[in-house]
Amino acid sequence: MVKTLFGKKIGMTTYFLEQGRSTPVSVIKIGPCVVTQKKTLEKEGYNAIQVGFEPQKKERLTKPLRGHFEASGDGYFSCLREICVDKPDIFELGQEIKADVFNAGDQVNVSGISKGRGFAGVMKRWGFAGGRKTHGSRSHRIPGSIGCSATPGRVLKGRKLPGRKGYQRVTVKNLKVVDVRPEMDIVLIKGAVPGSRNSMVEICKV
Amino acid sequence: MNALEALEKEQMRIDIPEFRPGDTVKVHARIKEGQKERIQIFQGVVIRKRNGNTGATFTVRKISYSIGVERIFPLHSPHIAKIEIISRGRVRRARLYYLRNLRGKAARIKEKRV
Repeated sequence: MVKTLFGKKIGMTTYFLEQGRSTPVSVIKIGPCVVTQKKTLEKEGYNAIQVGFEPQKKERLTKPLRGHFEASGDGYFSCLREICVDKPDIFELGQEIKADVFNAGDQVNVSGISKGRGFAGVMKRWGFAGGRKTHGSRSHRIPGSIGCSATPGRVLKGRKLPGRKGYQRVTVKNLKVVDVRPEMDIVLIKGAVPGSRNSMVEICKV
Repeated sequence: MNALEALEKEQMRIDIPEFRPGDTVKVHARIKEGQKERIQIFQGVVIRKRNGNTGATFTVRKISYSIGVERIFPLHSPHIAKIEIISRGRVRRARLYYLRNLRGKAARIKEKRV
């Protein structure tokens, strides 16, 4: 079956394990991930399936996309993603891939778009130590020296400076699946995952 | 948020009696030692309750061999076998941290008249 699925981060909560120990978990609602296209080695040059995620109103789609969805089934989606598979033939168009792909105890990587932090200084953005807070210091959160003098006479490329932080794709590796609830289409993952509530995340089995 | 709420509801215990800060309770806690499981009783005054769905906790304070001991229990933890209410106390605040500075007679809490 597939190794990757897409879901929506619903939020975090405390979860009691079998032994009664409490764990922080992220609750992720899987899919519905519906197969919209099969890509094969002969035709496209690689094996994959394309899945649709997040149902969308028909009127809100462009005509070419509408045509694409009509050719593959009934559902209309706002988001299309590809999943690498070995045998695309075992899937059917319109087939829904459910949360039972994952099992409790699996190790997964979770990717998503992190929360935007706006224009952030070096302490928040890069973890700089900052300056002294007291004893007459006036450099509390500034970056300090950013380079040399006449040689080279410029700031070297890649210097860590203030700027936009967050709102980029972040992957958290090797998280543990605590529990799977196929009836609710929910996966519980230990710890935090990138993104805000209701943002899309990609879960990939290691 | 429905799925999250449903999940939390399922985790929460409904057999826990209602109690408030100031009450004296007996908490029967399950303790696992190797293979054996036994029940340890912790009796004391509830000095704090933190709300929250599955994450709710409460703190019980007791004086053990003249040393104050506080224990924080997750309210919905399966480790709690039973909570017995010994007495209801009459207190005027929600967090009874002032008990930490009092000893002996001064640290008593008046019983609520029902």
